[in-house]
Amino acid sequence: MTANGYLQIVFFLAVVIALAKPLGVYMARIYEGEPAFLNRVGAPLERLIYRACGVDPAKEMRWTQYALAALWFSLFGLLLGFALQRLQNYLPLNPANMGAVSPDSSFNTAVSFNTNTNWQGYAGESTMSYLTQMLALTVQNFVSAAMGMAVLIALIRGFARQSVQTIGNFWVDLTRGTLYILLPISFLLALVLVSQGVVQTLSPYQTVPLVESVEYDNPRMDAAGQPLKDAKGNAVTDKAMQKEQVIAVGPAASQAAIKHLGTNGGGFFNANSAHPLESATPLTNFLEMLAELLIAVALTFTFGRMVGDRRQGWAILTAMSVVFVSLMAVAVGSEQAGNPALTALGVDQTASETQAGGNMEGKETRFGVVNSALFATVTTATSSGAVNSMHDSFTPLGGVVPMWLIQIGEVIFGGVGSGLYGMLLLAIVAVFVAGLMIGRTPEYLGKKIEAFDIKMAAIAVLVPLFVILIGTAIAVMVEPGKAGVANPGAHAFSEILYAFSSAGGNNGSAFGGLSANTPFYNTALGVCMFFGRYWIIIPVLALAGSLVRKKKVPEGPGTLPTHAPMFILFLIGVVVIIGALTFVPALALGPIVEHLILFGGK
Amino acid sequence: MFNELRPALTMMVIMTALTGAVYPLLVTGVAQTVMQQQANGSLIERDGKPIASELIGQPFSDPKHFWGRPSATSPYPYNASASAGSNQGPLNPALTEAVEGRIKALREADPGNRAAVPVDLVTASASGLDPHISPAAAEYQVARVARLRGLDAAKVRALVAEATEGRQLGFLGEPRVHVLKLNLALDAAR
Repeated sequence: MTANGYLQIVFFLAVVIALAKPLGVYMARIYEGEPAFLNRVGAPLERLIYRACGVDPAKEMRWTQYALAALWFSLFGLLLGFALQRLQNYLPLNPANMGAVSPDSSFNTAVSFNTNTNWQGYAGESTMSYLTQMLALTVQNFVSAAMGMAVLIALIRGFARQSVQTIGNFWVDLTRGTLYILLPISFLLALVLVSQGVVQTLSPYQTVPLVESVEYDNPRMDAAGQPLKDAKGNAVTDKAMQKEQVIAVGPAASQAAIKHLGTNGGGFFNANSAHPLESATPLTNFLEMLAELLIAVALTFTFGRMVGDRRQGWAILTAMSVVFVSLMAVAVGSEQAGNPALTALGVDQTASETQAGGNMEGKETRFGVVNSALFATVTTATSSGAVNSMHDSFTPLGGVVPMWLIQIGEVIFGGVGSGLYGMLLLAIVAVFVAGLMIGRTPEYLGKKIEAFDIKMAAIAVLVPLFVILIGTAIAVMVEPGKAGVANPGAHAFSEILYAFSSAGGNNGSAFGGLSANTPFYNTALGVCMFFGRYWIIIPVLALAGSLVRKKKVPEGPGTLPTHAPMFILFLIGVVVIIGALTFVPALALGPIVEHLILFGGK
Repeated sequence: MFNELRPALTMMVIMTALTGAVYPLLVTGVAQTVMQQQANGSLIERDGKPIASELIGQPFSDPKHFWGRPSATSPYPYNASASAGSNQGPLNPALTEAVEGRIKALREADPGNRAAVPVDLVTASASGLDPHISPAAAEYQVARVARLRGLDAAKVRALVAEATEGRQLGFLGEPRVHVLKLNLALDAAR
């Protein structure tokens, strides 16, 4: 790796931390209803929204009511997302004349965007009308992120308050998160993206002539639009000549901004943030990575401030950062080392001042290896799942990093809100285990952790793991599951394992060779995403409801200090051990075998 | 159970209007007013007609042109309405076969050149639309293009230098050569 590679990584992390702290404080003020610039300007609009909805912002909710509000709201989002896709051919803003999306794909995409996963079985530029991209997908990008943040804030209130019944008002938290945090930052980011060349237009696709015409084999289609095959099973093709290039455009910048900021990750175009019109320059790449991490990191400061002990926020942030930096080093190192199978063919993969070198299959020249591997780590540490390079073509160890980051539960920064509530669940598991070891009642942030609390934490930690492993097991046993793989051998298993990890962990990135736009995968992954989201949110809110009723126990000599280095190490241990025990056997069948074959000879 | 039904429905309608209509239309309005060129795809125009997008690559296989990154879009390369990578894994025999084929094509077009081939010249880009190659990949092709066009290598190198973009702000991303601009300049130099 070149010196410039190190410089880019260090600079990136420094900017994240520098911006996260003030943003974290600002978000705490917004959720606590303390005056800040934007909530003063927006107050009339905020009041208008509450009046239209018949909501009394001063009236707080118990956890059951908070959860019901969230679930009803999600249900309407799901229905709207599904309906817009099914009806888009009858609706305006469809210049490329996209047909209705198939029922199974519409279901999958509606769940996917609703759960902040943004798994995409479809290709944006050849499936979705501009109206669907805006009204169905952009909206869910905002509200799923705002909901994740709201649930986290409710859990933090569970720790911060004592001897009360209520954890806040869902409608207020949702509205404030959208109005004062997500919308203003997205607006600014979208305009900067446009200035770099990310498209933002409602005009139809552009056509330009090609300098050199291309001769190619055009697959012949039957009446149903399926490719015809001859007796031997090979595709029937006709010689064709392409003289022009149709360039897909659309309102991409406004969606790209919130896609990163809300750790959603769903691309406007199929190639996501590798597409030059979705991430045009190294600067857009930098800003998109920054946006992915910014709120997730800032929320650790919000947490510290709201529970009245900033050291607790720093402790969580430190634990996350240690895991992040270690895994990033593996990904960057492995991708920079390149693919030994290509070196043998006479390919030069060394990094120098005139080329990025390394494993460049599925990577863009303007980003090179360092920014692609860094992006892959950021996008899977957070639950974003946007990609600027094709993870399917990563070296085996380079590909383990994103996959395992998803599998350990999206808690290394994680999704906005969801990452930190996931990490707080693991912190509760950690104090519980530590309590068992030293024979004391576990406490976290002054709250006694009792049987109900640990049950809720255990459910929320285990459901995604269960969904991932069972889903993968089913898919590798049935024909429609095996039919979708693109690569032979162990890598085929990796593709399936990655898909279910991505769905269960609500990430959304893929080993994209898998043909997932089939009724089997659309349904199976849709169900996994649903469980992976709501079977964490419900136990988390139940936990918040239980904690908020408890009195705070004053710190005593026997209290385990949860901001000290010992606890930070212990927390990292819990994260790594749960992730390793659950997934190492599965990883051994996929990427680890591949690594041994690739580097150990055949 | 049903108390939150009305707020849920109204809130979804309001959020849809706000984040799905007002916000993207506001961004579009500002973008189309002050950054029309970028907002519409950074099109390069000649005689009032668009001839290419500055950000989207085109396929080149004529040895007199510089070749760009291989593209995995279907059914033809550099299909800008169906972006895609190859998604071939590092062990996939199809990947090694494809790379071998690309090396063979490069060597056939330039039999004297025995240098190791820069990796980005024989591996497919992520989007299939990458407009750039590395400076090393351009240098690898300079002698071939100069010979076939009967130009001085120094002259071709000067055109490459003109089409080269450094790291953004001095350190972000990688240095790169814009293949389409370079080829347009070569064709104009004739």
